[in-house]
Amino acid sequence: MTGFFTLLHKELLRFWKVGFQTVVAPMVSALLYLLIFYHVLEAHIEVYPDVAYTTFLIPGLVMMAVIQNAFANSSSSMIQSKISGNIVFILLSPLTYREIFFAYILASMARGLLVGLGVYAVTLIFFDTPVLLPLWALLFVLLGSAILGALGLIAGIWADKFDQLAAFQNFIILPLSFLSGVFYTIHSLPIGWQYLSHLNPFFYMIDGFRYGFFGVSDISPYISLSIVAICLIAISYLTIWMLRTGYKLRH
Amino acid sequence: MLPAIAIKQVSKRYGNVQALIDVDLDIHPGEFFALLGPNGAGKTTLISIIAGLTLANSGSVKVMGHDVIADYRQARLNVGIVPQELVFDPFFTVREILQMQSGYYGIKNNTRWIDEIIERMDLTDKADANMRALSGGMKRRVLVAQALVHKPPVIILDEPTAGVDVELRQTLWDFIKQLNRDGHTIVLTTHYLEEAETMCNRVAMLKAGRIVALDEIQNLIGKMSGGRSVRLRLLPDRLPEALLPLEINRSNDMHELRIDGYAQLESILSTLRSAKIQILDIQLQQPDLEDVFVNLMRNNGNLAQ
Repeated sequence: MTGFFTLLHKELLRFWKVGFQTVVAPMVSALLYLLIFYHVLEAHIEVYPDVAYTTFLIPGLVMMAVIQNAFANSSSSMIQSKISGNIVFILLSPLTYREIFFAYILASMARGLLVGLGVYAVTLIFFDTPVLLPLWALLFVLLGSAILGALGLIAGIWADKFDQLAAFQNFIILPLSFLSGVFYTIHSLPIGWQYLSHLNPFFYMIDGFRYGFFGVSDISPYISLSIVAICLIAISYLTIWMLRTGYKLRH
Repeated sequence: MLPAIAIKQVSKRYGNVQALIDVDLDIHPGEFFALLGPNGAGKTTLISIIAGLTLANSGSVKVMGHDVIADYRQARLNVGIVPQELVFDPFFTVREILQMQSGYYGIKNNTRWIDEIIERMDLTDKADANMRALSGGMKRRVLVAQALVHKPPVIILDEPTAGVDVELRQTLWDFIKQLNRDGHTIVLTTHYLEEAETMCNRVAMLKAGRIVALDEIQNLIGKMSGGRSVRLRLLPDRLPEALLPLEINRSNDMHELRIDGYAQLESILSTLRSAKIQILDIQLQQPDLEDVFVNLMRNNGNLAQ
């Protein structure tokens, strides 16, 4: 287990040492979203009865911060190591592929949670947003960050250059998170878009997480939980397979 | 005796390029072994397969009896690899890197040994400097230090002295020699044949993915080179009749004569004297590994068995 803990520690240190860029900066951008949407939309939209728009928006923004940072952590760590070549130190070591998997995923979860918690804590200064069912919220934040950590690992292993990773991030992760209902409830969408939203796994993470805040959601939290859990298992299997076979890592 | 590294029938293909073809090689514990060959001969591929960084298409490799695929954890615990590229992690200091490296190998409190390798690699001043701030030679030392944190019985160095200044090269070799004396098996690749000649017991020469020579250096030189010779410049510029059968080469105004031993010089000199031929210049030619190398790479010679 020493090997696993060392790699986990290293991955945590890696983002902690540049915490301004990896933790504070994403918090600032999430808060900018909040201020802009609060200013523009607060008076015009009510998504759930008795839930102000900003209050609705906050869990969405928190979850989006979690998702994007969990992904950014494992993907940037992996591709930097690959491109600079220092991934060999991990590949040469007796670490098992499971140890590598869990260390990267847990570090991603930690960064996602840290940023998410930071965003939430700062919003509390301005807006009172209590968490009605904290265990539900925690469950979704853990599962969501784990999925994105694994996706980040997949993207980092798959991409041969930063360009490809940016494409993965900008054409897959970003649209899926923006279109997952962070800023709106999918019931406000035309019926066709509602169906499409149901194909977006990020929708279930955000909807389930929001259920933890308000006890209300677009669909049953149990359905969301099942879908998110299945996604995590499937993506983890894929990631572990890539690590075990040495896909793009061992030639 | 169990070989330190046992390579059996290893082949590796990259697309259409056959990087290694049925390579068989046993390296014994305690050896100081060199893998030689021109660029693209397959040296780094072979090392990468031993390290588990590259997967062979067929064949097997064992390190201290552990298969590098099936039993990869044990195999990797038994080998330390110094990669050819100057790779480093820019987030950490030298000491942090070495502590992490120990951790990867399951070693918790390694401070004493880390201190010792830092000192022996002459890195004490730089121990708490970030990797980015180090010169190329310093980074090379850290790479060697990293390969040693888990005290592996087998140490493999892929061109450890490439781009390293003379002074560091000397320190590095002294240190590696010391490791060999301490019982570590050393395998290295190098382009500097004179280094291999002075340091190693045995060499394998690779050419286009095959081992074309595998022997102790002295045997190789004996087998492959034309033996000793003497080069003479004469006045007048002609060889006496009696010496003509000895001539093996003539370039410009130098005559090269094969000799079986230095004792033969005496008779050559006296023949010249009695023919009233003056010697303007004389050079003794001692064959070295470079001759063997050049011969092998030029011809299709195969001395592997």
